[in-house]
Amino acid sequence: MANGAMTQTQHIPYLAQKGLKSWILTTDHKRIGILYLVTISFFFMIAGLAALGMRYELMTPELDFFRTPTEYNVAFTLHGSLMVFFFIVPGIAASFGNFLIPLMIGARDVAFPRINLLSFWIYLVGTAILLSALAQPADTGWTFYTPYSIQTGTKVILITLGVFVLGFSSILTGMNFIVTIHKLRAPGMTWSRLPLFIWASYATAILQLLATPVVGITLLLLIAERAFDIGFFDPAKGGDPILFQNFFWFYSHPAVYIMVIPAFGIISEIIPVFARKPIFGYKAIAYSSFAIAIISFFVWLHHMFVSGISETAAAIFSFLTMLVAIPTAVKVFNWTATLYKGSIDFHSSMLYALSFIVLFTVGGLTGVYLGALAVDVHLHDTYFIVAHMHYVMIGGTVMGFFGALHFWYQKWFGKVFNELTAKAAWFLIFVGFNVTFFPQFFMGFQGMPRRYATYPEEYISYHALSTYGSWILGLGIIIMTVNLLIPLWKKGWPESSNPYGSLSLEWQVPSPPPHENFDEIPTVTDWTYAYGKK
Amino acid sequence: MSTWIPESASNLAASVDNITLFVTIVSVFFFVLISAVLVAFSIKYRRKSEDQETAYITHNPVIETIWTIIPTILLMVIFAWGWIAFKELRNPPAEAIEVNVVAKQWLWEFEYFTGKKSLNELFVQQNKPVRLIMRSDDVIHSFFVPQFRVKQDILPGSYQQLWFTPTKVGTFDLLCAEYCGSGHSKMLATVKVLSPEAFARWEKGDELEDGAALAAISVSPAERGKDLYSQRGCLACHSIDGKEVIGPTFKNLYGKTEDLEDGSSVLVDENYLRESIYEPEAKMVKGYPPTMPSFKGILSEEEVTALIEYIKTLK
Repeated sequence: MANGAMTQTQHIPYLAQKGLKSWILTTDHKRIGILYLVTISFFFMIAGLAALGMRYELMTPELDFFRTPTEYNVAFTLHGSLMVFFFIVPGIAASFGNFLIPLMIGARDVAFPRINLLSFWIYLVGTAILLSALAQPADTGWTFYTPYSIQTGTKVILITLGVFVLGFSSILTGMNFIVTIHKLRAPGMTWSRLPLFIWASYATAILQLLATPVVGITLLLLIAERAFDIGFFDPAKGGDPILFQNFFWFYSHPAVYIMVIPAFGIISEIIPVFARKPIFGYKAIAYSSFAIAIISFFVWLHHMFVSGISETAAAIFSFLTMLVAIPTAVKVFNWTATLYKGSIDFHSSMLYALSFIVLFTVGGLTGVYLGALAVDVHLHDTYFIVAHMHYVMIGGTVMGFFGALHFWYQKWFGKVFNELTAKAAWFLIFVGFNVTFFPQFFMGFQGMPRRYATYPEEYISYHALSTYGSWILGLGIIIMTVNLLIPLWKKGWPESSNPYGSLSLEWQVPSPPPHENFDEIPTVTDWTYAYGKK
Repeated sequence: MSTWIPESASNLAASVDNITLFVTIVSVFFFVLISAVLVAFSIKYRRKSEDQETAYITHNPVIETIWTIIPTILLMVIFAWGWIAFKELRNPPAEAIEVNVVAKQWLWEFEYFTGKKSLNELFVQQNKPVRLIMRSDDVIHSFFVPQFRVKQDILPGSYQQLWFTPTKVGTFDLLCAEYCGSGHSKMLATVKVLSPEAFARWEKGDELEDGAALAAISVSPAERGKDLYSQRGCLACHSIDGKEVIGPTFKNLYGKTEDLEDGSSVLVDENYLRESIYEPEAKMVKGYPPTMPSFKGILSEEEVTALIEYIKTLK
């Protein structure tokens, strides 16, 4: 599709330079991507351990693993806030976004490489604040609902301050990506030829830019309320606790799409390569990312149907919530249809992509239960929500993330992992995930509320099954991680720069790519998905 | 249905369950469809040779329009149906009997229009609509009875209402569904749905006709105290096995000398325990938060005696 391609031997890989300074002062988007990848993976592991602890506790109804209910509450607060704010929101967008966007559009770097590094440093400051909060962590849940978050004796200010600082990193990254995609596309890389990951990253960046300031303000108000007793949210001081929920979800619902839209992009890249087919309905997928991004700003009240809002507000937001399901359904149909009359290779990354379709379908369909007002009243704040959310976040985003790790691994790190072990790990993750979370839908129907350190006897069999699942899932993730870490110590670079026969620009440069990616900026003559074009 | 949806015990449950069933049918259909197509394509079009023929298909306006319109119609039906049932959930009939509910960390108080009060047990009459007027004394709680399919957050600083008509005699779990701190998962109560006759007896204050009260005269005070310990919510904060929860454990409490916040100390005897139940902040044990509510007017002298006898047995 493009000229200017280099062969695998005649270049100096961007990874060649060694030493700490070459990392912490780098402005190379590929290295900054790695910095993010390492940091988010660290937090993923910590938050994952907290989850295993919670599941172990919930194997029996009474408290036995943690010493007090507060310890359990701290565990789910840490799990939720680390996973959401430190892993999954910056996750794919910052790591793969950084690595892939310039390569895919045929640019040497992002538009503002130094601001890019600044974003990462701000992210690190946020994580440092958070780590210092771990000595006495909060017990508010990741949602920090007032007035509990104002009244609790645990330390809320540090953790919210950490999230507040992180927000700036998110905003700067979003801005940087928008400018990069507008200004640095290679000649011939028109909007209708762009890889769908770029469309997805663009939609995500808009959400980051517009929604993140709202959560920043909200958390700042919460900090001010706790520190100076101001009374924004505490009714005892004339405030309104519902105001906090409105503010919080005004960010946190679009944030759900900050988490999942990049995964949509990844799936749209992996499936055409391994099916050797053009993506089906390119325009529908590209535009639906934008439709979702825009509508997602107007559905936040569906988190609050039983919070004490008016019937009219509930009806409007239920309607808008149903609307957001339409573009989501369309995407699932498009990905599935792409397989038709293809030549399908079940590479580990393709297995993750295919399981994404199945699991995300479950996540999306169970969202319809929650969008239907009367049904939501019964299911709200039960384990049904927990299951739904994890089918979207793990079944969707994390499957996309793991798929991306396996797909671009050779390109990014210039190494080759063991494919058989990768497939075995995928199998354990897929089975373990379903055993963990599927029983939770039934638990939710039965009425088991979330965030319970102890629970009535009748739910024990669901909980026990869910805990066994978490062990399988944990084992799968450990095997996957080890399998991806071992090759990093091997010498030499892979033989082929494009082992899967991708037409996308990043596969036309060596693995790993040289600093500044392209000797000459390529000229693009066809779209990215011209597989099998006669 | 009963295996995955709890028993339905209110007038509102049927319509919620019907929508749930419809959404489930739609969901299972689409899930099976997507999975089946995915698996079928994966088998049929798996790569058998490197030069396998593939089709160059980029889009198809007809099929894309169809699969946009069908979900849209279904979603609109689900939206409208959910809304209609929601209106019913939100609008109590005028003749509903009112009960005032106070939720606080971590117990439920109910006050009836006759002036009667109860703690952690809501008494309602079968087939009579009830309207709950609820407020919170501290943080957000949520009133949730799975068998009734009702839930409503309870906020400090405003009243929230919820209504239902219980249709089955029995005892149902009432759970707090909004996270409210360390005692959240112990903020449990029960809804006792009585037959009209039993309800009339209960209203007259003829406690002896109540099953629990009847049993009480034939059991020792310590055994009665054991029931009160769980019914009146003591268990949310005080363990009986030596674990530190929120307040001091009841194990080995009686006869112990406790250090107080003001630096003095006190011997835990009958009078200290009684005072601490009625006036929790009179003599605070060092190192515990002042979160316990007073049980004056909620626990009778007789019940306090029973609780003290129970605490004495916990060695």
